[in-house]
Amino acid sequence: MKIQHRHSERHVLAITVDNEAGILAKIAGLFTARGYNIDSLTVADISENHAVSRITIVTNGPPQVIDQIEAQLERLVPVHRVVDLTQAGPHVERELALVKVAGKGENRVEALRLADVFRAKVVDTTTSSFIFELTGAPDKIDTFVALMRELGLVEVGRTGIVGMMRGAEGA
Amino acid sequence: MSEERSGAAILVESLVRQGVEFVFGYPGGAVLPIYDELFGDHRIRHILVRHEAGAAHAAEGYARSTGKPGVVLVTSGPGATNAITGIADAFMDSIPLVVLTGQVATNLIGTDAFQEADTVGLTRHCTKHNYLVKDPADLAATIDEAFEIATTGRPGPVVVDIPKNVQVATAPMFSGAPQRPKRYLPRIVASAEEIAEAIELIERAERLVLYTGGGVINSGPRASELLREFQKLTGAPLTSTLMGLGAFPADHPDWLGMLGMHGTYEANMAMNQCDVMVCIGARFDDRVTGRLDAFSPGSKKIHIDIDRASINKVIPVDLGIVGDCATVLDQLIEAWGSRKPLELAEWKARIAGWRARDSLAYPKRKDGAIMPQLAVERLFALTREHDPIITTEVGQHQMWAAQYFGFDKPNRWLTSGGLGTMGYGMPAAIGAQLGNPERLVIDIAGEASIQMNIQEMGTASQFRLPIKVFILNNEYMGMVRQWQELTYESRYSNSYSDSLPDFVKMAEAYGWKGIRIESEADLDAGIQAMIAHDGPVMVDCQVAKEANCFPMIPSGAAHTEMLLYGDQVEGTMDDEAKALV
Repeated sequence: MKIQHRHSERHVLAITVDNEAGILAKIAGLFTARGYNIDSLTVADISENHAVSRITIVTNGPPQVIDQIEAQLERLVPVHRVVDLTQAGPHVERELALVKVAGKGENRVEALRLADVFRAKVVDTTTSSFIFELTGAPDKIDTFVALMRELGLVEVGRTGIVGMMRGAEGA
Repeated sequence: MSEERSGAAILVESLVRQGVEFVFGYPGGAVLPIYDELFGDHRIRHILVRHEAGAAHAAEGYARSTGKPGVVLVTSGPGATNAITGIADAFMDSIPLVVLTGQVATNLIGTDAFQEADTVGLTRHCTKHNYLVKDPADLAATIDEAFEIATTGRPGPVVVDIPKNVQVATAPMFSGAPQRPKRYLPRIVASAEEIAEAIELIERAERLVLYTGGGVINSGPRASELLREFQKLTGAPLTSTLMGLGAFPADHPDWLGMLGMHGTYEANMAMNQCDVMVCIGARFDDRVTGRLDAFSPGSKKIHIDIDRASINKVIPVDLGIVGDCATVLDQLIEAWGSRKPLELAEWKARIAGWRARDSLAYPKRKDGAIMPQLAVERLFALTREHDPIITTEVGQHQMWAAQYFGFDKPNRWLTSGGLGTMGYGMPAAIGAQLGNPERLVIDIAGEASIQMNIQEMGTASQFRLPIKVFILNNEYMGMVRQWQELTYESRYSNSYSDSLPDFVKMAEAYGWKGIRIESEADLDAGIQAMIAHDGPVMVDCQVAKEANCFPMIPSGAAHTEMLLYGDQVEGTMDDEAKALV
């Protein structure tokens, strides 16, 4: 007997939660306990009185599982709201990356030139290295990192995605 | 108005304000301040169990039989971990519990202190919600919210973990309800559109079936009344899950019996062949559906459930309605108005044909050995007038009790359905007896299951609880043995009960009455002696050893592929089916 795998689709979920102890563990643990996937997860306090946080989770799974993930998240008492941005329509996804590149001569010049093309900022430099700060959609960052790999990539740090609906309405 | 009180005092006062009568618990180092506060406080009665699992199951039995939340108090570390099986059980079966656990002092948390366990972490996925209270000033509001969460929406267990120094430290205790934000708002009422759509589907049905579950029981006795009314209005045949037994009377002509793996032939065939199915407070559990791709292939499905996550979880439905069973039934009844019952004569004739298969028939014995099915039938016949509360352990005896004991009112049937916890029945009977002191409470048990919480005999003795434990003793873990017979060519790997105690002597050792029934001729007299004794009784009813529980949908099979008693079984199964359920 072989284990069967089902077709998956990628969804970005924006989750508003009470900013209380253990909430991140509750949500991350729900994904493990029920066998759901987390591709990326970001969390930060978004309220003036530090009472509410917003969590953005990128997940993947068959449509029925995605629907279950939302329903299971909504069952958690500290969860106020779950919005499936992928389902809801046009939205913006952004991620920030720090990319360290070391090299001399032509590679160094090329790295700087490509950074300019990608509108990456130099946030640290030595005579033999740069750290670039880059924001954008995940595939833009993927492309930049792939280019840097040829030019002396040392390390990459990425924040994971935050997302928001387009237009005047809040999610 | 406020007055400075210790955390322990605030806790006890908060429990009194919630109307708590009983706390099921076991003391230990990290809850000593709470126990000291309970000492001499006559407003709450503490029921001392013998093991923390017993406390949780007793609280479940109390809750399930009374509709009120069960309260548990245990110490940190092993106290909490021992209670977890009962907490997980309550989570699966949606039983309202508030479980208070002691914790090491806040400054010791994380240091591997004596009897420290991460209770909040350990119970995160088997509670509806849990808390670690770090300041006695938060206690009153936390307890207030814990009870609200446990009892409203889909009920479930809530754990409140209270460090020892929080129990000792003081905070102002205010008179009146604690101030807190209201953040838990379950959806109770269906929209008018949903109700209209449901009525439209139902009134066009030619082969309607109502499939009801534990949600009807949890919604309160009114939901059972409304269910009966709605059934009468539509004329629909009705089946129920294990957890829903009692919501509809078992002697009603439209009652199909329980459905699922050990349900009746007519219930499963009706589910398979119906054109409209109304699922009310059930959740398409794998024990109910059989093989998913063959589950009720031609029907439109309406699913009413208070938990949005239950809808479309395993079976995609045509109309999902999130709401409370009683409220939605009320809305459906109102919307049905003066419509006539459906014309279902042809459908009911087909059902009568399936019923004629007599799927609960079992072979009679000529050697005087007691068929376990007969033992349950006699138990039902002889206790019926007492309107008893029945609890069970888990296994064959549980299924026989569900099949052969007829329930006609809610809150009379307490069993571990979702988690399937052996050792549930006796502590649950203790809790049920406390909540219903005048009633006959019987745990229908197996000789293997009963040993899992047998220590609770002492609790029943101490609190003078006249519970009856009726053991169907076949010297096997019968359900395991049955599966091994059907799927592993009768290789009975570790499924026999060896070195059994003498249950009669054990009963006597605890100050109970012990009765042994060895042949069919003694069955009625033994049951009558059990009922007549004003005190706890343990009956060792020795039954035919290799009786099986039929009908049965084998692992990985469809509703239409039921095995009935007398069917030839190969005793093997392919790997896909073995892995399924």
